[in-house]
Amino acid sequence: MERVHRGLSRLITPAAAPYWQIAPLAGVFAVFFLLPLAITVIVSFWRYTEYSMIPAVVGDNYVSVFAGCLAELPALCVTFKTYLSTLKFCVLVWLVTLVLGFSVAYFLAFHVRSLTWQIVLFLLCTIPFWTSNVIRMISWVPLLGRNGLVNAFLVASGVSPSPLDWLLFSDFAVVLAFVHLYTMFMIVPLFNSMSRIDRALLEASRDAGASPWQTIWNVVVPLSKPGLVIGSIFVVTLVMGDYVTIGVMGGQQIASVGKIIQVELSYLQFPLAAANAVVLLGAVLAIIWTMTRLVDLRREL
Amino acid sequence: MKPRTKGQAGMSRRTVLKAAAAAIAGFPAIVSAQPVTLRYLGTAVNQSKEIAQKVKADLGLVIEYIPVTTDEVAKRIITQPNSFDVVDAEYFQLRKLIPSGNLLGMDAKRIKYADKITPVFTKGQVAGKTIGDQGTAPKKVFYLEGPTSTKFAAAPTQWITLIPTVYNADTLGIRPDLIKRPISSWSELLNSEFKGKAAILNIPSIGIMDAAMVVESLGAHKYRDKGNMTKPEIDLTIKTLIDAKKAGQFRAFWKDFNESVNLMASGEVVIQSMWSPAVTKVRSMGVPCIYQPLKEGYRAWAAGFGLPKTLTGKKLDASYEFINWFLSGWAGAFLNRQGYYSAVLETAKANMEPYEWAYWMEGKPAEKDIKAPDGTLLEKTGTVRDGGSYEARMGAVACWNAVMDENDYMVRKWNEFIAA
Repeated sequence: MERVHRGLSRLITPAAAPYWQIAPLAGVFAVFFLLPLAITVIVSFWRYTEYSMIPAVVGDNYVSVFAGCLAELPALCVTFKTYLSTLKFCVLVWLVTLVLGFSVAYFLAFHVRSLTWQIVLFLLCTIPFWTSNVIRMISWVPLLGRNGLVNAFLVASGVSPSPLDWLLFSDFAVVLAFVHLYTMFMIVPLFNSMSRIDRALLEASRDAGASPWQTIWNVVVPLSKPGLVIGSIFVVTLVMGDYVTIGVMGGQQIASVGKIIQVELSYLQFPLAAANAVVLLGAVLAIIWTMTRLVDLRREL
Repeated sequence: MKPRTKGQAGMSRRTVLKAAAAAIAGFPAIVSAQPVTLRYLGTAVNQSKEIAQKVKADLGLVIEYIPVTTDEVAKRIITQPNSFDVVDAEYFQLRKLIPSGNLLGMDAKRIKYADKITPVFTKGQVAGKTIGDQGTAPKKVFYLEGPTSTKFAAAPTQWITLIPTVYNADTLGIRPDLIKRPISSWSELLNSEFKGKAAILNIPSIGIMDAAMVVESLGAHKYRDKGNMTKPEIDLTIKTLIDAKKAGQFRAFWKDFNESVNLMASGEVVIQSMWSPAVTKVRSMGVPCIYQPLKEGYRAWAAGFGLPKTLTGKKLDASYEFINWFLSGWAGAFLNRQGYYSAVLETAKANMEPYEWAYWMEGKPAEKDIKAPDGTLLEKTGTVRDGGSYEARMGAVACWNAVMDENDYMVRKWNEFIAA
């Protein structure tokens, strides 16, 4: 009994305590993140038939992912074309959510004085998340469709002689749905950063003769950098991995990496899908790495 | 710890033994009183509450539905063959399911109506006339060489892969009120008259066959087998699709039943590949929609019950019992009333009103209002079913849903089409 107690007490020394504190999260991470990830990477080197997977270490799947990419240059192969299209959405959505998110967060942080109103307005921003993803997207159809509300209004008011087709099942529709969905992910971290800014700094800036724009650009923006980067990481990773929104709003006519993976999975081409997933993971990590180079998150936090 | 006395230990051992003996004696009685539960894996389309209730009433079996997508059915059979007791799979999937060795060849001797199953499955015939067998026609994958064989038999044997549940002939759905002229050929799908108003199915193996029907009717190419194309044939078909896509022919592609209903009902699309119940749904919303018979014929599909190889004892018996019940008429009539076709026609006929049979199966004008199994009005008196009688529709089948030998290549090219 005495010995057991002594052994236990050694395990709970102050030096060991932090390890015990992170152990539960580390365990969850290992089982639900690292392990599946490792399996995905391993499987991506396997061979497969229509009904089975064969353990192996071959690069066939990666060759297949990039099939024809060199031969077809300067024309783009499917993989490059798909990534380019997904990247295009990333940039567009990122820009729009950044401007929108920044304005909303700025308004909430600096113009709304009472905490109650801040909370009320904040909750208003979450309204898009009160319904399910699919319902939210399907409800765009009666709004933007050829016979939808917007087109009915445009035609009736004489703005456009005939219904506009590009409102739905187009790049425009995809970006619109993404912005609607993901602006919130930009607002939250930006608001968080902004609410920590010492108001005295803004006053000092004004006293020193800066115009409101100069204050925003030289004081608020640099101090909200961490929120900006965190929000950007959210938006970029969400857009890179999405295939449901692109599918529904693009009328399934626009390719996305996620969709390709889904099709491969449905045809039981698990190793090929795994290889595609690993490539996607690499691409997303590269983007995030670049972003964190621009802002040193650790120092800022 | 306090040591126990011998006496106490003996006493307790005796009591335990007594209890165990009682439990063993009572055990079988408890089990037989418990209804057997069958886990039924399949797509939600065929898993009606009414069927489960009727099975419970007639056989005392509890049906526990596991509703998943068609792709997921195949995935489950291959990766988790112990997670279900009965599976409702599609015949075209058998080419990859049977080699996995996870499905049992079902004993025809235990299937009461085995020799009454329509010749569509056993011989590929309707009313004595041979129908199109391009693609994975059920007759090609209907029999196995033995109960545990992984090879399809060329001639009929005692071992059946799947016992048919439902099948149908698919074609294009159109909006007659917006097209305003007769449509009679698959080539109309790519007619520039419907630019920006056409849609196709985004399920590669099915979508490419619809495209092949179009290519053939345009006179661009005659396929040896639309369900098993060569690489150049795949290239040609995908190129036709890409050209059409770039010219703005398609409004959207759809993957899900509700998407196709939405596209059609909202008028975004006036001509598209469609499934029969989706047409019914659009019509029940008060929007005119026709499941248009076309001169080149239909693309057919069929689904059926399979059993996992690991099934034994009571569960196996119960599964056979359930399948026999399914073929005995009530379920067949239930399915026929939804516009599908059932495997054993005579038992289904006995369970339908003569006017229902005349409308659904004989292509005659409805004598009375035609109602769905849940009582909603489907068609008014006097209407005729699109495509007419069973013989006219199933007799005009041109090809069957399929898995190609060049499946990998086809999927890759399809992704190219989507990215174009």
